[in-house]
Amino acid sequence: MFNRRTIVGIAAVAAITISLSACSSTPTPAASGAADAKTATSVSAFGDMAGLVKAANKEGALNVIALPDNWANYGKIIAAFKKKYPKITVNSANPDGSSAEEIKAADDLAGQDTAPDVFDIGPAVALASTAKFAPYKVSTWADVPEANKEKTGLWVNDYTGLMSVGYDSKVIKTAPKKLSDLLGSAYKGKVAINGDPTQAGAAFAAVGLAAIQNGGTADDFQPGIDFFQKLSKAGNFLTLDPTPATIASGETPVVFDWSYNNLAQAATTPNWKTVVFPGSAYGSYYNQAINKDAPHPAAARLWEEFVYSPAVQNLYLAAGAFPVQIAAMDKAGTTDKSAQAVAGKMPSEFVSPTDAQTTSAGALLTAKWAAAVAQ
Amino acid sequence: MTVETSPPRTARRLVSVSPSVLGLTPFALYVLLFLAIPTVLAVLSGLFDAQGHFTLANVAALFAPDILKTFASSFWVSAVTAVVGAVVGALVCYALLGMNPQGALRSMVDSAASVLAQFGGVMLAFAFIATIGIQGFVTVFLRGLGIDIFSNGVWLYQVPGLLLPYIYFQVPLMIITFMPALEGLKPQWAEANATLGGTRLTYWVRIAGPVLAPSFLGSLLLLFANAFSSYATAAALISQGAQIVPLQIRAALISETVLGRSNMAGALALGMIVIMVVLMWGYSALQSRTTRWQQ
Repeated sequence: MFNRRTIVGIAAVAAITISLSACSSTPTPAASGAADAKTATSVSAFGDMAGLVKAANKEGALNVIALPDNWANYGKIIAAFKKKYPKITVNSANPDGSSAEEIKAADDLAGQDTAPDVFDIGPAVALASTAKFAPYKVSTWADVPEANKEKTGLWVNDYTGLMSVGYDSKVIKTAPKKLSDLLGSAYKGKVAINGDPTQAGAAFAAVGLAAIQNGGTADDFQPGIDFFQKLSKAGNFLTLDPTPATIASGETPVVFDWSYNNLAQAATTPNWKTVVFPGSAYGSYYNQAINKDAPHPAAARLWEEFVYSPAVQNLYLAAGAFPVQIAAMDKAGTTDKSAQAVAGKMPSEFVSPTDAQTTSAGALLTAKWAAAVAQ
Repeated sequence: MTVETSPPRTARRLVSVSPSVLGLTPFALYVLLFLAIPTVLAVLSGLFDAQGHFTLANVAALFAPDILKTFASSFWVSAVTAVVGAVVGALVCYALLGMNPQGALRSMVDSAASVLAQFGGVMLAFAFIATIGIQGFVTVFLRGLGIDIFSNGVWLYQVPGLLLPYIYFQVPLMIITFMPALEGLKPQWAEANATLGGTRLTYWVRIAGPVLAPSFLGSLLLLFANAFSSYATAAALISQGAQIVPLQIRAALISETVLGRSNMAGALALGMIVIMVVLMWGYSALQSRTTRWQQ
């Protein structure tokens, strides 16, 4: 009996070893001739744009992740990329994933050809994950303000929205003029925020906006938590995660979300209106970064060149997001005027929390949020 | 080898044991690779910090008031839905016992129970949102009659809102697991009880009750575990505050605003395992008592 048990044990160990080694020995696709693409820090490594396009075409695919179609125009941006580079298949994974899930996917799928090539991530996750990024400077590098990029090109801001309130004008007859209007009885059981602030960047920003509009600062989110607690006590706060479906069905008639998301909602819900409250506006840039272990390194770099082209920057603007190159585009006259009309002007008082402020607000929310919104 | 010299009985036993052990090997390997090892790794991760150093901070954080509160919510939701599911399910089983086992109604309820016991997750959540959500057809219909089921707040998207969807899959699960035990009751026992002058009450209290008790408690425990580990239904309904433990685990793993808590998920899983182990231990202690006087 002892012998048999030993054999079973050895078999088990062997099985584990085989399955583990099977994982690690998965061949890296596009390994041939991609060595220079993996380390390329600018388009000159490929000679010129034509060289980059050629290398990307050879790879034939681009994996993007967590890009919902109705988020900052990503549906149109991906479609435009496909049209411009028809030889490259765009694989869009987990469109509703969070920034943290993007990095997790890169870890979990490392070495496989399904790993994400490029990321579009929130600032906290970007700063915590720089070891996963490949530095790259797009040809329009000079058009991105110094404060909006990592100096070696590990990450670059791409666009920001303003925290706004979207509402169904069929249900809410008079537009909310200030934040405290939402505490009124007309909003009973109607106000939702896009996600949980201890998990999702947009929801975090909703609390941030409530904080700065109620005498708080980016350093002090407590007034924001207090506001949502009051909203919850009044029976106005909905603990349901709003989606285009809940908005279309009238389940969530008032939603705190980025201005570009609320503006995009009007396409499917014609009565959907967007309000950015007067006073301090709250925004937060998202970031582009290239996966260091991108299975399609040339296509990833081509995507970055594409994103920072005026055409795509204008597509962000047309969705109501402010692209990072807007100042340079205004100067060069490449800003799309009709897109500008949708997004409006960048507000003068604009709060965007620093990394340290995000961390301390996150700790405060972790401790206080669940209790504040429990009814 | 001693097999040749040993008496035939031993030899036969050896032979009869080996195929069964061999037959179990794939299952044992499966359990080891896909259940035991991942569980151990997940729980161990709770004992390390993000830099890979050993720490008890995550385990200590389990005793923070907000985490204890989520454990309490998880516990009472699971306990209430398990008890309601077990009692209602057992009553349905008892009612079915009077039916013809080969009859259409029995087979219909059996197959419906098998399907509905697996009907959970996002589909179930949306079924409830469509039915009794704020714009659900039942809600809208009742509103027309002047009844507002959400007059005290929208409870469907809070922890109490989990009760209805959970009971929806708990009752069928109870029917599947408890029916065989009820079917095992022999009519002769009831007849013997009647012959000896017993009443229906004595039959249920002295005979059927004790015989069914272990399997009833076992099913109850299964229902509790089923609700305790349920995630997708709750994730689709409750978005704020991560108010039960599986949602806390999600928050710790995928948050994009509060980073570096992924090891906390391991500690939370450890907490869940401890609760289940205590319950299992209680169940086996109880069962060893009942089997003692059953013999």
